[in-house]
Amino acid sequence: MDKARTSKFSLRTRPTSEKLVDVGFKNIVVAMASMVAIVLFSIFAVVYYESTESISRYGLRFLFSSAWNPVTDEYGAFTAIYGTLFTSIASLLIAIPLGVGTAIFITENIIPGYIRNVIGIMVELLAAIPSVVLGLWAVFIMEPFIRPFLNIIYELFGFIPFFGTQPLGAGMMPAILILVVMILPIITSISKDSLNQVPSKLRQAAYGIGASRWTTIFKVIIPAAISGITGGVLLALGRAMGETMAVTMIIGNSNNFSWSIFAPSYTISSMLANQFGEADGSQVSSLMYAALILMILTLLVNVFAQWIVKRLSLKYQ
Amino acid sequence: MNYTSQKSLTYNPSLTRNIGNKALTIASALFAIISVLPLILVISYVLIKGGSYINLDTLILEPEPPGDDLLSAGGIGPAITGTFIMSVIASIISIPVGVGGGIYLAEYSKSGKFAKFIRFGSNVLAGIPSIIAGVFIYAIIVSTKILFGSMFSGIAGGISLSILMIPTIIKTTDEALKLVPNDMRRAAFGVGASKFTMITNITLPAAFSSISTGVLLALARAAGETAPLIFTALFSRYYITSLDDLFYEMGSLSVLIYNFALEPYEAQNQLAWAASFILVVVLLSLNILSRWIVTLGAFSKNKV
Repeated sequence: MDKARTSKFSLRTRPTSEKLVDVGFKNIVVAMASMVAIVLFSIFAVVYYESTESISRYGLRFLFSSAWNPVTDEYGAFTAIYGTLFTSIASLLIAIPLGVGTAIFITENIIPGYIRNVIGIMVELLAAIPSVVLGLWAVFIMEPFIRPFLNIIYELFGFIPFFGTQPLGAGMMPAILILVVMILPIITSISKDSLNQVPSKLRQAAYGIGASRWTTIFKVIIPAAISGITGGVLLALGRAMGETMAVTMIIGNSNNFSWSIFAPSYTISSMLANQFGEADGSQVSSLMYAALILMILTLLVNVFAQWIVKRLSLKYQ
Repeated sequence: MNYTSQKSLTYNPSLTRNIGNKALTIASALFAIISVLPLILVISYVLIKGGSYINLDTLILEPEPPGDDLLSAGGIGPAITGTFIMSVIASIISIPVGVGGGIYLAEYSKSGKFAKFIRFGSNVLAGIPSIIAGVFIYAIIVSTKILFGSMFSGIAGGISLSILMIPTIIKTTDEALKLVPNDMRRAAFGVGASKFTMITNITLPAAFSSISTGVLLALARAAGETAPLIFTALFSRYYITSLDDLFYEMGSLSVLIYNFALEPYEAQNQLAWAASFILVVVLLSLNILSRWIVTLGAFSKNKV
């Protein structure tokens, strides 16, 4: 009996070729995974290395000066940094209520399921439209359409520095609006996912003690889903800061600093898109310095987003 | 004892809480309408305005220099092939790297320090603005003339697009492989399969539909990107005629839209709309195709 078993089922020894394939495959996938780290580090290293000239010449002065003069080689990115932060935060403030409101509308049982699905899919398809197409639409359709309204605001409130220039086409306000369109899908779909993950027992418990729908949403569901929503909002902030094409086409590309949201302005990414092609000498180094600042800003926002999702989600598990 | 007798249990619409409830529901419906509105407006403008400029000439001809001839601006043929070529280059680089990295994360090191770092790194890479990918490739390939002494090239454009695709593909591969039940892995090992056989014959086929969805979505995003291309591939008005042309400037739909939208000439603007039409139709179909693949995958999982 023993003999029969060994003859029929002998232990298979692994041939060397199989071991080689196994080890080789593992090494290949490790190498592929390392590519992420290599690319990431080399992006930072290269951008830092290329901007050293400008960093050593201007230091932190670069952040607070709005001079941009290739003739005298005097550079400062204050207008672009202010433009980046202002446009992205302003668009975020508009997009948060819209996006979270839409997410609530399509997750709570307000409307029949198929309409919910249609709205959800439409908002996600909005994310698939390339930024440059949105820019084209903004330049030819949206901006001419909203200009009369902006003009009315200018005539009524023009004495406030914020509205102090006449809207004449490209400017910060249309850029903010197109950014809202671009970051809405991110906020909506991430809020939708995190609202969907709230256990239905929480909802039932709240309804059971007589809470109304919106009390349940504000006091139970949103607090339970807040980590995901915050993560989505921060992700959207990062996206808004780095968004390039639509903004470049509509913001007017001017390095003159102005408090007015109707005046042409700059963001770091639109400055890069606009000037990189024909820059040379120390201008390249200054643009690289601006790119480094943009990278650090988006990195901080992204890391903070991941940290907050981890921290807040622990609270409700 | 008075609370049982005095309050009616029937729905009373004039209560503050019920009015507030209605108002908030209406507000959220309004927000949803406002969020969907831009999509409808953009798509209808692009389809109607862009679609009306589409004809065989537009699809095939090379674009004329701006301002030359208002009646015939030429076409967007080279831009279509350019976008296609650069997407292919980007896929050739990013699919092996992304799927390989995803396999490492899901199959070899699920929670090791290195795997954690790679996951974090691909999240960071996904958050880096696309224009930075262009700046990076400009610095290491374009300005150093490392590719046969040529500066702006289709290959540099493709590489910069691949940087944007890698994090998405890694993440979806990782997630898709994690969803494959561990029982299938144990069964494969139980019949004596090696790890390589297990991965290529069991887990990868099981996760295939989700992985291809991720690849399609990454491709759709990369094909519409402009920012990394404006100073890596630049723009060219001519068709490529030989493999050598890959090392020189190459046109793409997105850069064509950007360049021609800002031209003051009506004919060029029309080409920009036509190019948007093609781009939007292709990208939306890729997105819908990926959704369809997901439903196919769900179906086959039920069969298993």
